Amino acid sequence: MYRMRLWSVRHARGLNQLYRGLENVLVMLQPLLRRFSEHRVERSLAAVERQIKGFMFGCQMCGQCVLSSTGMSCPMNCPKQLRNGPCGGVRANGYCEVSPEMKCVWVSAWEGSQRIPGGIDALRGVQFAVDHRLQGSSSWLRAVNERVSAAARSTRPGASRAGAR
Amino acid sequence: MKFVDEPIAGHPLPILPGHVSPGRFERVLRAGVFAVTAELAPPDSADPEEVYARARIFDGYVDAINATDGSGANCHMSSMGVCSLLTRVGYAPILQISCRDRNRIGIQGDILGASAMGVCNILCLTGDGVQAGDHPQAKPVFDLDSVSLLGLARTLRDEQRFQSGRKLTKAPRVFLGAAENPSGPPYDWRAMRLIKKIDAGAQFIQTQFCYDTLLLKSFLQKLEDLGAADRVFLLVGVGPLRSAKAAEWMRQNVPGIHIPDALITRLRGAEDPAREGRNICIELIQQVHAMKGVHGVHVMAYRQEESVAEVIDKSSVLAGRTPWYPGRDCQGPAEVSTADRAAS
Repeated sequence: MYRMRLWSVRHARGLNQLYRGLENVLVMLQPLLRRFSEHRVERSLAAVERQIKGFMFGCQMCGQCVLSSTGMSCPMNCPKQLRNGPCGGVRANGYCEVSPEMKCVWVSAWEGSQRIPGGIDALRGVQFAVDHRLQGSSSWLRAVNERVSAAARSTRPGASRAGAR
Repeated sequence: MKFVDEPIAGHPLPILPGHVSPGRFERVLRAGVFAVTAELAPPDSADPEEVYARARIFDGYVDAINATDGSGANCHMSSMGVCSLLTRVGYAPILQISCRDRNRIGIQGDILGASAMGVCNILCLTGDGVQAGDHPQAKPVFDLDSVSLLGLARTLRDEQRFQSGRKLTKAPRVFLGAAENPSGPPYDWRAMRLIKKIDAGAQFIQTQFCYDTLLLKSFLQKLEDLGAADRVFLLVGVGPLRSAKAAEWMRQNVPGIHIPDALITRLRGAEDPAREGRNICIELIQQVHAMKGVHGVHVMAYRQEESVAEVIDKSSVLAGRTPWYPGRDCQGPAEVSTADRAAS
């Protein structure tokens, strides 16, 4: 929903905090999620994600969410699906060259990023091309799994935590 | 400008230390002279002679020729076809690759094919949306964007492998470029975004038309403030406007082009608007030439290609040098040692 997307960018700061909170909750819940089959967790989370993010950000379920580094403006709404910033065709009023009735998602991203602490720095990073195999999968689950495995790597295997489990 | 190791037309130059390509365009830029490039509109034809006729118009005035890749999302002869023809006779073409029509499999193959055909320069573009062209019913691909395309091309060249990791037996020796539009919103972000392209692999930049020198100056200032002015060769896009009506049409219908009202008023008041348009272009080239951080101009004179020689000549930015063209050194090529040929 276009109006909701604009609202989300206006409230990028709060939404970004909410997102971080949600990620922490999911990380805490991860041991619980592991009791269920991976496929079921993936399917359920993806369904929830599709509804919520679809409504808030016009999410297309690319499966590689970069919202927090694009000012909460989803780049997959760009007709060219650019992941690294605006094309040269942005109209003087900041609207899209392909869909003139839509504000350029990267003009929105620039505005949203200024509202998020560290948002401008996040824009500098080069985003790799989308992996189309991940289309439809839950990027929340991926983010959580990545965080958990990164934490596991930093606390040496064989340490007390691994033994306690 | 004549290089001491000038090869037989159609053969590559030796790659100098610190250079990435065996092409003359990189040589000219790294030699520190003000470079000139021009845009060739590929014909709606399968006749090679039409391509050569379009290239000959620029003889003696440009260092490299851009062959557009379905510009404006309209069908024409491919950039690859045009560039392959041009390298045969020794021109330095710039292959334009847009992400609109091919995915990463097609594009990586094209980069290898182009390099094998003697193409030394590649301009990585996102491309116009299909709605802008004559086949709006086509499927827009956009598997990559210009930044990931630059990264992909650099991986092929510097890591000698495909994105998949599969090794190449010989890497493409190409000089990589990207586009930028200093006159497009969000203005404050443009310089920072250009740095992203440099980080991804861009070595030269050709900009969209810059009719508004104030916007260009503030862009260049930001680039310098961010410490990126020395990291890239920047060629500013210029072109003659034919009339006030044409300028207004461009402003309205070609996304990303900003033409100040003052220029349109000047064209409207002129007795010979086309003449005035060329004068404006000459003045712009001279202004751009004087700006710090600019290494050349890129002339886009669609359907007025014959005016390129005049605007470059009258702006005197070539400072008396004659860029290479087939037959320039009619006394015959300089000696080519077999060692040089082997090195290239």
